[in-house]
Amino acid sequence: MRLLDNFKDPQLCKALLERIHSELDGELRFMEVCGTHTVSIFRSGVRSLLSDKVVHLSGPGCPVCVTHDSEVAAFLDLAGRDAVITTFGDLMRVPGPDRKTLKGAQAEGARVKVVYSPFDALKIAQDNPGDKVVFLGVGFETTAPAIAATVKAAREEGVTNFSVLCFHKLVPPALEALVGDPELRVQAFLLPGHVSAIIGVEPYRFLARKHGLPAVIAGFEPVDILQALHLFVTMRKQGCVDVVNAYTRVVSDTGNPKAMSVMDEVFAPCDALWRGIGMIPNSGLAVREEFAAFDAMRVFGLTLRDVPAIKGCRCGDVLKGKLSPNKCPLFGKACTPAAPVGPCMVSTEGSCAAYYKYHV
Amino acid sequence: MCLAVPMEVVKIDGKTAEVQIAGTYQNVRLDVLPETLEVGDFVIVHAGFALTRLDREEAIATLKLFEEGLNIALT
Ligand code: SF4
Repeated sequence: MRLLDNFKDPQLCKALLERIHSELDGELRFMEVCGTHTVSIFRSGVRSLLSDKVVHLSGPGCPVCVTHDSEVAAFLDLAGRDAVITTFGDLMRVPGPDRKTLKGAQAEGARVKVVYSPFDALKIAQDNPGDKVVFLGVGFETTAPAIAATVKAAREEGVTNFSVLCFHKLVPPALEALVGDPELRVQAFLLPGHVSAIIGVEPYRFLARKHGLPAVIAGFEPVDILQALHLFVTMRKQGCVDVVNAYTRVVSDTGNPKAMSVMDEVFAPCDALWRGIGMIPNSGLAVREEFAAFDAMRVFGLTLRDVPAIKGCRCGDVLKGKLSPNKCPLFGKACTPAAPVGPCMVSTEGSCAAYYKYHV
Repeated sequence: MCLAVPMEVVKIDGKTAEVQIAGTYQNVRLDVLPETLEVGDFVIVHAGFALTRLDREEAIATLKLFEEGLNIALT
């Protein structure tokens, strides 16, 4: 759509950049918590055009990267069972204990299929009634409604050989955990546009109210990102702190109530493990009792076991914005996108992979 | 994997719609979409589901603010 191309307009970007740089007073350390923002900030060239005073930190915004070692171990345990695993492609190369991956398990004979949509996974189950088909449920609030809707459809259609291994994560509780860390030196948050399209503005209000941190919900085009940065500068200048929805063409302030209710019908909040961060209360989603027949944890009697963290990988510090990826001793040496050690280098949306690909 | 993109609705068929972007067509589920759709609308698509309808008026309003605030004429 021509209209949307305006959000890439070079003239507009230039004008916004000039404003940011001329009005900025001191350093601006902002963190984004969305893999699509990570990639967009690098790929669009925005990062290279910003002055040194604007510091971009990439937080825990890639679902693949934050999937805990124990959860990856559970995927791999499942690969050893009599099951057909269906998954988003991004999880295939994530290393678990002993650097084992789903891709490796597949090469050794496990039945693993990459799908684009959880609904495709359901179709595989319907077409193969003799197989137990499991979908690996990772992702934030953007993805969870799609998976919840698929579980509901499975029940409505009486499918009995489909289940989900549910390791969804929720963004606001992770932000709460992050800002509670006294070592974190973030002054503003760029909030994820598509997560916000589901949950709306309210769940982020605590950032401003409780912690005095400004935050902007932004889209993914260069103009969207620069607009958000300019809003941070303006708020600072005016001495106000707020949570602003700047992505109004997609995000309504109240979010998507239908998606929220589907999600809430199938899933309930639970404590969840985040890689490098640890347990965050109520930051995950578990399948509700009523849908137990579609919960792979229950169907296969799986449990999360303690596994040692990957040796030498500093993903945890990278995800918390404490360490720049290229400061990890393994970065670009033992750890590259072709031979990744940690998940932040595996996922194309991971901070380490983005750094490797775009950093000059 | 979080990628979600705007796509144009070309056909609506109960619980699904056919959408396209740059000549690539696909079917998306409408289970979690709160709005009703019309052909020609744009929806944000993620993992085979339409998440929300793109609000043209809001896009125009945002751009207008830029034009006024930054003194720029967009085509
Ligand atoms: S460079 Fe590799 S080993 Fe280091 S933090 Fe990133 S993913 Fe982990």
